[in-house]
Amino acid sequence: MGELDVLKKEAETLKTQIETARKAVNDTTMEAASSGVAPAPRIQPKARRTLKGHTAKIYALYWALDNKLMVSGSQDGKLLVWDTHAGILANCVPLKSAWVMTVSFSPSAGLVASGGLDNMCTIVNISGEKPKTMRELDGHDGYVACSRFLSETSILTASGDQTCGLWDLETGKQKQSFLNHVGDCMCVALAEDQNTFISGACDSQAKLWDIRDGQCKQSFIGHTGDINAISYMPNGQAFITGSDDCTLRMFDMRADQEVMCYQNAQPTAGVTSLSLSLSGRLLFAGYDDFNCNIWDSLKGEKIGVLSGHDNRVSCTGIPSDGMCVSTGSWDSFLKIWN
Amino acid sequence: MAQTNNLQNTNGEADDSPNMLVYRKMEDVIARMQEEKNGIPIRTVKSFLSKIPSVFSGSDIVQWMLKNLSIEDQVEALHLGTLMAAHGYFFPISDHVLTLKDDNTFYRFQTPYFWPSNCWEPENTDYAVYLCKRTMQNKARLELADYEAESLARLQRAFARKWEFIFMQAEAQAKVDKKRDKIERKILDSQERAFWDVHRPVPGCVNTTEVDIKKSSRMKNPHKTRKSVYGLQNDIRSHSPTHTPAPEAKQPTVEELQEQIKFWQAQLDRHRLKMSKVAESLLCYTEQYVEYDPFLATPDPSNPWNTDDATFWEQEASKEPGQQRVKRWGFGIDEVLKDPAGREQFLKFLESEFSSENLRFWLAVQELKRRPIREVPTRVQEIWQEFLASGAPSAINVDSKSYAKTTQNVKDPGRYAFEDAQEHIYKLMKSDSYSRFIRSSAYQELLQAKKKSALIQGRRTSFEKFSRSVKSKNLF
Repeated sequence: MGELDVLKKEAETLKTQIETARKAVNDTTMEAASSGVAPAPRIQPKARRTLKGHTAKIYALYWALDNKLMVSGSQDGKLLVWDTHAGILANCVPLKSAWVMTVSFSPSAGLVASGGLDNMCTIVNISGEKPKTMRELDGHDGYVACSRFLSETSILTASGDQTCGLWDLETGKQKQSFLNHVGDCMCVALAEDQNTFISGACDSQAKLWDIRDGQCKQSFIGHTGDINAISYMPNGQAFITGSDDCTLRMFDMRADQEVMCYQNAQPTAGVTSLSLSLSGRLLFAGYDDFNCNIWDSLKGEKIGVLSGHDNRVSCTGIPSDGMCVSTGSWDSFLKIWN
Repeated sequence: MAQTNNLQNTNGEADDSPNMLVYRKMEDVIARMQEEKNGIPIRTVKSFLSKIPSVFSGSDIVQWMLKNLSIEDQVEALHLGTLMAAHGYFFPISDHVLTLKDDNTFYRFQTPYFWPSNCWEPENTDYAVYLCKRTMQNKARLELADYEAESLARLQRAFARKWEFIFMQAEAQAKVDKKRDKIERKILDSQERAFWDVHRPVPGCVNTTEVDIKKSSRMKNPHKTRKSVYGLQNDIRSHSPTHTPAPEAKQPTVEELQEQIKFWQAQLDRHRLKMSKVAESLLCYTEQYVEYDPFLATPDPSNPWNTDDATFWEQEASKEPGQQRVKRWGFGIDEVLKDPAGREQFLKFLESEFSSENLRFWLAVQELKRRPIREVPTRVQEIWQEFLASGAPSAINVDSKSYAKTTQNVKDPGRYAFEDAQEHIYKLMKSDSYSRFIRSSAYQELLQAKKKSALIQGRRTSFEKFSRSVKSKNLF
């Protein structure tokens, strides 16, 4: 056997051994362990606000830390900043490229970031009288699918070029590159201490990274399709992913594997987005079939549905105080529910 | 729980269009619906002087679903059924709008040739041929709807120069259709129309063939896409999909494999926690925080989204933290450090004990990480002088290893110069200062005292609410 074949065999053997090691710690399942827990109440949140303003598909939304402002991005080429409780528009940012895929606020909400098919992440200062483009982070070879601020001066991106990037906003340069995925990177989530982050990609894998040295620390398999959404559980030890394979899955980093799968009885729509309630007990997931399902994250049961959109739910978000959940859709509307 | 994914080549990239997974699942259900024995009963219905071949009613579909799929109720069945109709797997024979109704509306199955899993992207020239052909046929049921007539007019303008060619194609197609058996024609005509209802939907209806822009830019196999329905364009595919060779999978290099092996070895060596422990900690966490989760416990005094009363937010912003918020600080040091009011109280307590240097150092380092880069070197020096240099006014106690590393870092100062020291101090605070704080009378008072004022606040709030409602009703 050539050297290549020997190495391939070694890699495969290691992977099999890892699977065995993972199975060895499965002394129970999450469902079995939570069988004694009282079921979460079946909730029927009502739509408290419908925010109309976009004129085309909404692709992304993001809550500010003040729990009042929310920004949304749409293919109509605009970012709209909403004063959600008052139900009115607070700001409008026109974009150079209408093909926006991601939006986010900086911690102070003075900056918004957007990214998309232009392969760039654009940072706009909205704290002044008029929105002013501050930076155009150019360096990815593929679309920017997700962007998350670490601070007012640092941002993380996920790209269709199969890499994630950490950027310094003062120099506009990429500080760190994260290479390991073999498919387009679709989503990222930052750990609270900002020392690590997780990513989901079209190679069906989720990965844990060290921000400072750029190394992939752990890889998680289980999904059979693109991972479109990812979010940490509030305890910071586990995370949930949503995929085109119509399932959501919970992975625990200490157990180093998938611990739960959330699947409709008839799985016929991919998951586009997800958000977790403050305690982590409730999981809100947006689907291609225009609904947002509510799952009991511990027991794996569906306990409610948010239906009201006339097209795909493309994004969801829960503010940091957990008071409500917002959904954005291809029908051009945003709804706020509780 | 790992599953082998036979949709992926060795590179791990999915070979198919993004919706393929969903199409396959729907087709599984369709296959069961079409089973001879346990499927939906298909029949020919006599109507006036003609027969309606190969149909079943909307109720038939709903009943079948309730019986054969793990579906809870009629609403879910209609939802799933409408989804499948919108993708074109079955369709109402007398309506362009593809939804499922639980009544006697007649439906028909779509022929596999037209299934979305064949990656159709029909051209406008084909649509033109189709509409043109419809106008040539003398049947009431084939009359164009308003939106179709408009589309035809638009296409005539767009393809003005090659209209003669399109017309000829339409004539040829019409001729072929005429030769078919009457019953067969009815079925095929309706299936063809349903195909176009999916790809050129009625204005206002969702186009289910629309693909997310993130996915459309990575359609890997353009040669698998079928663009021509009536053989007009050069169909790039010369043979069927099963005979089309898959693209060459990229072979990993020796270096890449060695890297991979290093990674997998490190993974193998990692410690894994038992599932029971993982579940226990997760259950514990969710239970502890359930009272803070507005979806599971009503916030005090109310959820501003529910009642339009913003008191909750006002309380959160005020300098006086409520009892529930103070209680949360007791869950762990991170809760105290996360909450500005918590940090303030913690600092106050430590200052009263003259042991606040650890917390002040930790806060300074956190703030340093958010500074603009040009201010970092100066700030690093300031922090070093204040906390770590010999004779520092707020000297902190760091282990020798971290101290040595920090001394080095300070020579070439960056945002993370104090990482090791900060981690050491954090652990110290967690085990020492934090537990003293929680046991302190200062903290306990906060915990208790708020109960009293909460009562007063409660009364005040309801009076405020009353006076506000009175004002809004203009009673005074």
